[in-house]
Amino acid sequence: MTHKQDEQCQHLLENLGAYIDGDLDPACCDEIEAHIKTCHDCQIIVNTLKETIHLCQWDNQETKLPKEIRQRLFTRLALENDVRQDE
Amino acid sequence: MNNPPTINPINLKALQRRDKHAYAQFVDQESDRIYRLALKMVGNIQDAEDILQETFIKAYNNIDGFEGRSKLSTWLYRITVNESLMLLRKRTDHINHIDAGIEVAQGEILPRQIIDWCCLPEKELMSRQTRAYIAEAVQTLSNSNRAAFLLRDVEGLSTREAAEALDISESALKVRLMRARMQLREVLTDFFTDRMAKDVK
Repeated sequence: MTHKQDEQCQHLLENLGAYIDGDLDPACCDEIEAHIKTCHDCQIIVNTLKETIHLCQWDNQETKLPKEIRQRLFTRLALENDVRQDE
Repeated sequence: MNNPPTINPINLKALQRRDKHAYAQFVDQESDRIYRLALKMVGNIQDAEDILQETFIKAYNNIDGFEGRSKLSTWLYRITVNESLMLLRKRTDHINHIDAGIEVAQGEILPRQIIDWCCLPEKELMSRQTRAYIAEAVQTLSNSNRAAFLLRDVEGLSTREAAEALDISESALKVRLMRARMQLREVLTDFFTDRMAKDVK
């Protein structure tokens, strides 16, 4: 499935990164938001892109440093006596 | 955004004196984030552990050269990324990077698939299978795009900090970041479209 683009869609794609990051000037941001309200395809692109980033952040938060790797790190650095976390 | 947690200020002078207690505090505060970045850069636990250790050894040995122009954590990320890239260059099992999205101009990638998978229930979106798939998907990015994405979007550095850590311009960082984001969006669209089809059956 591909996106049939008009000028406004093109405008969104050119500014997508800045829009997601909140780096657009308010006028440009308003234009894009008005377009998204009327263009279902662009709405999907923006939402799935935001959700992609959100899921990767969630996955990262779920990733923990295993205790044994942490212990070996402190041992390798000769810091075992300074390990402060409860085992 | 995954902002760094509130931490005790690290005493740089004590680190530069090679004070063991200050160094232990530094390692204690930073090791989780460095491990996660290493793991996502190289894709396996053994290599991530090696990079974790090498990063802190290099930081210890080179702390005198830290001039404070960036945050200490950004400097540490930079060491981690460099160690990861060195290891990845040595690997013989090069991964074929995916070709997702259509690049039409520098930094501009047209979306290939427009399917709304955000409507899936949370337990479907945030599942163990999703995590395993994300881990694979991140590995299919080119090394440079992956580093940009992990630092900026996953670790939550600012564009300027991420560009500094990678020693590239902010505009180059933005190009790499969008390539990574759009590629991951395509790959996750494949994954969730498949899940939606299974739900229908």
